[in-house]
Amino acid sequence: MEDTANEVPLVEMRGICKSFPGVRASDEVDLRLERGEVLALLGENGAGKSTLMNILSGLYRQDSGDVFIRGEKVDIRSPRDAADLGIGMVHQNFMLIDTMTVAENVVLGMPSLPFVPDMAVVKRSILELGERYNMTVDPDAYIWQLSVGEQQRVEILKQLYRNAEILVLDEPTAVLTPQESHELNDVVKRMQAEGKSAVFITHKMDEVMAFADRVMVLRKGRVVAEKTTRDTDPKDLARVMVGREVLFHIEKGPFEPGAVVLELKDVCADDERGLPALRELSLSLRAGEILGIAGVAGNGQRELSEVITGLRPVKSGGISINCVDSTNKTPLQIIRSGVSHIPSDRMAVGAVGDMSVANNLAMKDYRAAPISKGIMLLPRRILEFARKMISAFNIATPSPETRVKFLSGGNIQKTILAREIESCGSLLIAVYPSRGLDIGATESVRNELVAQRDAGKAVLLVSEDIDEILSVADTVAVMYDGRAVGVMPTAGADPEEIGLLMAGIDPSEKETRL
Amino acid sequence: MTLAFEKRKTVSRTAIVVVPVVSFVASLVLTGALLMIFGANPLATYAAMFKGAFGSGRALTETLVKAIPLSLTGLGVALAFRLKFWNIGAEGQLTLAGVAATGVALFWSPWLPAPLLLPVMVLVGCAAGAAWAGVPALLKTRLNVDETLVTLMLNYVAILFSEFLYYGPWRDPKGFGFPGTRMFPKEAWFPRIAGRAHVGLYLALVAAAVLWFVLNRTRWGFELKVIGNSPKAARYQGISVERNILLAVLLSGAICGLAGVGEVAGISRRLQQGLSLGYGFTAIIVAWMAQLNPLAIPFVAVLMGGLLVGGDQVQMVMGLPSSIGLLMQGMILFPMLAGSLFTEYRIKRVGGQAVRESETGAV
Repeated sequence: MEDTANEVPLVEMRGICKSFPGVRASDEVDLRLERGEVLALLGENGAGKSTLMNILSGLYRQDSGDVFIRGEKVDIRSPRDAADLGIGMVHQNFMLIDTMTVAENVVLGMPSLPFVPDMAVVKRSILELGERYNMTVDPDAYIWQLSVGEQQRVEILKQLYRNAEILVLDEPTAVLTPQESHELNDVVKRMQAEGKSAVFITHKMDEVMAFADRVMVLRKGRVVAEKTTRDTDPKDLARVMVGREVLFHIEKGPFEPGAVVLELKDVCADDERGLPALRELSLSLRAGEILGIAGVAGNGQRELSEVITGLRPVKSGGISINCVDSTNKTPLQIIRSGVSHIPSDRMAVGAVGDMSVANNLAMKDYRAAPISKGIMLLPRRILEFARKMISAFNIATPSPETRVKFLSGGNIQKTILAREIESCGSLLIAVYPSRGLDIGATESVRNELVAQRDAGKAVLLVSEDIDEILSVADTVAVMYDGRAVGVMPTAGADPEEIGLLMAGIDPSEKETRL
Repeated sequence: MTLAFEKRKTVSRTAIVVVPVVSFVASLVLTGALLMIFGANPLATYAAMFKGAFGSGRALTETLVKAIPLSLTGLGVALAFRLKFWNIGAEGQLTLAGVAATGVALFWSPWLPAPLLLPVMVLVGCAAGAAWAGVPALLKTRLNVDETLVTLMLNYVAILFSEFLYYGPWRDPKGFGFPGTRMFPKEAWFPRIAGRAHVGLYLALVAAAVLWFVLNRTRWGFELKVIGNSPKAARYQGISVERNILLAVLLSGAICGLAGVGEVAGISRRLQQGLSLGYGFTAIIVAWMAQLNPLAIPFVAVLMGGLLVGGDQVQMVMGLPSSIGLLMQGMILFPMLAGSLFTEYRIKRVGGQAVRESETGAV
């Protein structure tokens, strides 16, 4: 690749900006991809990796900035435009039709497809492609019969069948077993040998090292580092990814922990696929304490919040809240025992987009007076309550009747926060509460968490942002592969050490494993 | 400059009223075009239909006769639809409730005190409708079986079962071979208000008011709203999704069942051919036209009832097939569904390159 530097890059994105209500998802991003190169985009959730690639593959339009393919300025208006330019994206959620065969899925939606396609030819080319890239899939198999790894192969075959020159993989290994990841790497290497290029999105350092030639690290929509993998190592990447900027100082009262509020003992639980997500996890959290759970997403944080709140069954082990056993109680029983929860998925779980701000605010307190009286609901009281909350928490909304989905991300989060804090008894669980929010909203969310702690409540804060944990939490625990690997006070904690624990590297070992 | 759809931030109250009216007018225009192809004068046809449906006391009561079951089944399916439970089994729930009420009227009347007979018929009928809706509801909530197919197919089970009864064991021995049970005793008749219109009309109006109240003014209604919009969010809020869907669908079946009781006790006064005239299917149109609003459903039901009765008149007066009425029903649905876009969205002019914003706004 030494001599490609002088050539026109295959893909060049210049000054790409894209905003969503309340968030700058992409802020003056420049990206270059050479022919035959594998580029990794590394960053936390909400760093803007997917947004950038969705722009390249025609799902989003940039607000400003230009895209050049093979040196020519292009206007990618749809995924079909992208396909015509040889760009193929493999999404995190596969876009396959379960009840159709592999061959049918591969040709589905191709504009050049004849009215009655010759499936024998299609199948033959699928088999040929499979052989060429060492990823055999039975073209007659139905998608529902395939494992997740095989489905991903179909997605990749689909792009190869369309002669994609630039393959975009959105967190391809998140759903794969280590063995499958290894095979995927092999496929990518074979493609590369043929002069094709790939961009892959990830937040795992070791994958960057294994897959990519070059890595771009994004933080909050900006490129913060660009390195060739030869000149870096996971340690270095961990440091760059989590950053070291301290945005603001948070006023906190003295740390005076009280009685134990939450206690987890050897908790095991599975994820949706039935694979272990929590492995004998033990934690304890006291009143007046903020426990920060650091870790790269997908290491069991969401499952942790779900087992505590009764949304996910505990397979073994026990959870107690205020010394009362709460293992496998219903969500309502746990809410009644004084637990509030700010879930990671704001729009799908935390709020109901099509209902009004007022209704969303009342969604916990509707069960009791003054909002309801017996079985009756009092709409006027809902509005009164909502007005009070809107002003107390500074929620910017045109009216209490506005549907929540039209608020900015920060205001949606404030709505959820207002409701959960108002109904909080003794324990507040906040999962990625400031993810994707602008600085102002982030600050108010963090201040609210600290205020709850100062009021004597126990707060469990799950975050990927080490700065957030160090500035807000009293104690930090790092989650890696379903376990809490390091519990220490935040005062005097070394961010680099935490970063290494997040990457699955034991800081006491001098040599990195990779 | 281009035009783009923009999602409305709040539901427009004007649009809620204007859209159905405009849709109705649009369907008149569309059907008019069809009538012209048939060689009929659209205006004269509409006039005949209107006269046939609302032009005389008898016409009006006949329209109400059809509006009663349409209104009740419309309410039933609207409740289920609000939870995104696609109950298209109202016809079967109606039929089975009719069968159950018939059983009470025929076999319990000798020993049940006369004043209790009608209330018991209503209760047993509703219970039968609820049970028939409960089957798909249980399958859906326990085993995640698709309710659309199950509710649809159970219709035919119920209809064939009722035929078996009035052709077989329940057939009136003195009926000269006519397929039907014997007449109910007088105590088992729904009192009539005017013509054939019976007290089922009051029941339908009360059911509409009660359902509106439950949905909009009670805690349970609030929970159903959250479930209908986002089952995930409901679960997170501690609302039991499965249990509430089951309860609501049972209620949906019970309301549809009430329609069946009214048909046997108020109209035919026996179980016979013609209990099931497709009200349970037309109910789907009624529910959507009323935008699942219980208070609007009785009005829409009267309109639809008028279409059915007026359609018959067209046959006699204009010499056109009575299926014109059915045709119009179908024609109404298209503009309605198209129109519902405008209650949710509005058209916005956008300059230059802007494209519709991604709805998710995800980053």
